[in-house]
Amino acid sequence: MAQKDDTAVRDELQAVRLRVNGDEHALTVTPRTTLLDALRDGLRLTGTKKGCALGQCGACTVLLDDRRVNACLVLALRAEGRRITTVEGLGDGKGGLHPLQRAFVDHDALQCGYCTPGQIISGVACIAEGRAGSDADVRRYMSGNLCRCGAYANIVRAVRAVAEVGE
Amino acid sequence: MTALGYRRASSLEEAGGLISAAGHEVIAGGTDLLQRLEEGVQPPDALVDIARVDGLDGMVVDEEQATLGAMATLEDAIRHPVLRAAFPAVVEALEVTASPQVRNLATLGGNPLQKTRCPYFRDRTVPCNKRAPGSGCGALEGRNRETAILGTSEHCIATHASDFAVAMTALDAEVETVGPAGGRRFPFGELLRAPGTAPERDHNLAPGELIKGYRLRRGPLAARSHYLKVRDRAEFAWALCSAAVALKIDRAGVIAEARVAVGGVATKPWRLPRVEAELVDREPSPGLFREAAARSVEGAVPRGDNGFKTTLLPRTVARALAELARRPA
Repeated sequence: MAQKDDTAVRDELQAVRLRVNGDEHALTVTPRTTLLDALRDGLRLTGTKKGCALGQCGACTVLLDDRRVNACLVLALRAEGRRITTVEGLGDGKGGLHPLQRAFVDHDALQCGYCTPGQIISGVACIAEGRAGSDADVRRYMSGNLCRCGAYANIVRAVRAVAEVGE
Repeated sequence: MTALGYRRASSLEEAGGLISAAGHEVIAGGTDLLQRLEEGVQPPDALVDIARVDGLDGMVVDEEQATLGAMATLEDAIRHPVLRAAFPAVVEALEVTASPQVRNLATLGGNPLQKTRCPYFRDRTVPCNKRAPGSGCGALEGRNRETAILGTSEHCIATHASDFAVAMTALDAEVETVGPAGGRRFPFGELLRAPGTAPERDHNLAPGELIKGYRLRRGPLAARSHYLKVRDRAEFAWALCSAAVALKIDRAGVIAEARVAVGGVATKPWRLPRVEAELVDREPSPGLFREAAARSVEGAVPRGDNGFKTTLLPRTVARALAELARRPA
């Protein structure tokens, strides 16, 4: 990590505008800054979690123009002009939960909770894509989100419950 | 380590000029490049961003052929309304690639140019002739369960990771490029390189040459194609072995043409012309498929823990052919 911090100081700083959950933010990043780090460290939107930083765990899943992506695999500079949705932007803005957030509570779809924001963003996209029509589909199309506590069975139930309401 | 530069190109020609400078690398989807930046594995000195180059993400399928733009994402191709029916092996290969999140970022142009997943390449503290030429191959006598049995050399036994490239190789796709000498088109099979004595060279693109897109010919052979991937877990894993197969069966029920390419077992997408020849002029049957698939391991060189692939490969080829033959024409 020390090595990365050293280079970050020497990388050229650039201004970027990010549209996150409907709000425009101006911030300063380097070419190396990922969207994930810009969200967490630049905008203090820490709902999006940093797990592996290699696109393998899915904890940092956000929506980019309504498609789910690993925020650790997107450079902040390249997210300019795109519509970014994080877990903080899912609710109704008045403290009410998104139906899938509610379903995760109701179905006890988490233990430690670290992967949960990524699971929920990914689940919202999975349902919108029409790929949550069966347990097998949910398992397949949620495969980009790892849960080291092993709450998968209840995650599948929560996603299926919301998908069925929408069907 | 030097500061990381970043430039946006407005055309492929401009991008090609920029990457002619040492240490400059194009960023397309970035899914492999950002992993290498994070882990310090062959990190570039400067990125040349082609995301704002117009007209690179189109996909057009007409009666004759498909043209696929280099910046179309894997998910764009999966969702295309006609591509699946015309080229099932291609879409099936994309569907079993990486995760939904990665497929929304990764591009058709970048996917075949991703670096190998060999753990010795990805760990900058150990020898690897592909990453650090002349340092030796750690996999030869090391952790080599996932390595190649076909197309290897004493310098490198790393597999090529792309599923898409295996399907494109089987279907005789063409690559369209833009470079300092202008544009050119060539068979997909000539894009990637086996290691030989120069494992550091993954591909045959010239300095400053960039993939603009691909062409695939439509027809009954491409329409009756299939991709089968065998891996350690059901989703989101690299291939231990994979096969892209296509069969044209005539009205008499005889195989008129066959295409077989395999992945996960070779240093580049690997066509199996002797398996193909075995299939032609014969009637499809499980026995024929097993007999032809047995030839898939001719010339294979197993090493250490990857020996199981000499059993897995013919079984994968035979199963892919059998699954394809069962499909209605």
